[in-house]
Amino acid sequence: MNSVDLNVEQKETEKIEAPTGLAVIWRELIKDKLALFSFVLLIGLVLFIYIYSFFLNQDEITKIDLMNIFARPNAQNWLGTDYGGRDVFGQLIIGARNSLTIGFLITLTTSLIGITLGVISGYFGGWVDYVIMRFIDFILVLPTLMIVIVFVSIVPDYNVFHFIFIMSLFYWTSKARLIRSKTLAERELDYVSASKTLGTPDWKIILFQVLPNLSSIIIVNMTLNLAGNIGIETGLSYLGFGLPESVPSLGTLISYSTNPDVMQNKWWVWLPAALLILVLMLCINFVGQALKRAADARQRLG
Amino acid sequence: MVKYIFKRVLAMIPQLFILSILVFLLTKAMPGDPISQAFIGNPNLDPAVLEELKEKAGLNDPWHIQYVRWISRLIQGDLGNSYVHKISIAKLLGDRFSNTIILGLATLVLTYLIAIPLGIIAGRYQDSWADKMIVGYNYVSYAVPLFVFALLMLFIFGFRLGLVPTSGSVDPQVTKGTMEYYLSRLHHLILPATTAALLSTVGTIQYLRNEIIDTKYKDFVKTARAKGTSEKVVYNRHILRNSLLPIAAFLGTDIVNILGGSIFIEQIFGYPGIGQLFVSSILQRDYSVVVVLVMLSGFLALLGTLLSDIILSIVDPRIRLED
Repeated sequence: MNSVDLNVEQKETEKIEAPTGLAVIWRELIKDKLALFSFVLLIGLVLFIYIYSFFLNQDEITKIDLMNIFARPNAQNWLGTDYGGRDVFGQLIIGARNSLTIGFLITLTTSLIGITLGVISGYFGGWVDYVIMRFIDFILVLPTLMIVIVFVSIVPDYNVFHFIFIMSLFYWTSKARLIRSKTLAERELDYVSASKTLGTPDWKIILFQVLPNLSSIIIVNMTLNLAGNIGIETGLSYLGFGLPESVPSLGTLISYSTNPDVMQNKWWVWLPAALLILVLMLCINFVGQALKRAADARQRLG
Repeated sequence: MVKYIFKRVLAMIPQLFILSILVFLLTKAMPGDPISQAFIGNPNLDPAVLEELKEKAGLNDPWHIQYVRWISRLIQGDLGNSYVHKISIAKLLGDRFSNTIILGLATLVLTYLIAIPLGIIAGRYQDSWADKMIVGYNYVSYAVPLFVFALLMLFIFGFRLGLVPTSGSVDPQVTKGTMEYYLSRLHHLILPATTAALLSTVGTIQYLRNEIIDTKYKDFVKTARAKGTSEKVVYNRHILRNSLLPIAAFLGTDIVNILGGSIFIEQIFGYPGIGQLFVSSILQRDYSVVVVLVMLSGFLALLGTLLSDIILSIVDPRIRLED
């Protein structure tokens, strides 16, 4: 009798086992149709851009063909050609690939700096925290965009890595702040005190206990950041202070619209790139918002 | 209170000092100097003469001497001269600065005109279709990059529909001071200001919505309702009075954001303000102008955050006590 009772109880506890992280995210996506649609569209677009760009020859596309200037969209050039007779569709794919890759790299580097400094600041507190926070406060009030532009214009032999480096210098602060505040809360919890009492070294507690508990916040933040970084990169490239000329970006294509004639009459040169950025941004953000809800049990829809 | 403000203003000084050194060094590192730049199309110029001109302008001195000379003049209110435009920077800034301020103010006013009603509607009629639309608008305006949105607005309203001018801040043919002049300015202002405002409402709407939803279920609101207070009075006197004030604290951040965005807005709409001047000065290597503009923006941003903190400390005394 007793053993049967025990069995029943065990089965019930198994049933109410908490769903894993991925399952929660998946449920949230299924529930939010817009996010699901964005997710599928985003995956499709990214795959298409990367695979298609693999078959494109950049030299071929950026070769100037004066016989074919500003051709309207046709069977040969799906989105027409620009002022140098270069195929817009090919430039669009290559530009999108570069913008995505560089946005992703900047997100990685800023995350690395932001998470490291944020966790150290929040976990250790004291004067370490004070110094890091004052430093962040200083960077936050800088007119960042202007200073980035000044930096870009003074670097000799400017290349993509310079751009990533400059962006990483200035865009990690808000992330460090977020991670710090979360770490502050985490530090007070019992599992950290218990580990400390047991004599676990601080770096082990940070790496294997605190960070895994912050992972959902980090993922959400990185997703939203990816969109933001692509926005900043294409914006700077639009102004002419982003990626170097040898690495076309979506912003480069859009910058052709500074010429009112192109803006008015040759929409095929810049409008597709503008719309592609719009679609990418919206998709990433909708997915990011769904992830955000999945990470916070109180906001979940699913 | 006075002590708090005084302390905050004092804390700004080292920040401005570090910013000035950083900016000065950066612009010194820019390739090319303004004097060679000014004579670039002139092959007849003797390099020795060029060197002499540089020496005279003090461009060959060590950087700290140049810095001290520059900063002491700046503190006295002398912004220096633009090498490219051949006039004093103060003169060059004049109109453009007021243009940027006018655009910024118009953007701020429009932002609040849009955000406050929408935030109130979304909070009051939570989960209605109106709320869902507003939350959707918030998601979209958060996601869309300013320059893409600005270009699309310009393309649709300026070029395709031809409703507004596509560049400039005023029609050059009208005379200054007439009614026509002000109407023309307004006409040029409307699209850039609306564009910037539509994307800067996110923070205010979200804050107001959350705040109203929170306050709605507080005990004092329940008490007011239980006493038979009409719904209108509950909202106007009890909820909004509590929720609206802290919005003033966003003012500083809004000012900082609008200033940052002005580079894109002015560049795209061809609006002659300091953002546009900044881009053209960078391209022309007119670095005495660049330094002043970065310093000016840094100063305004600091002033904005200071303003925010002061307003916040008036609205919420707990913050003041901490310091």
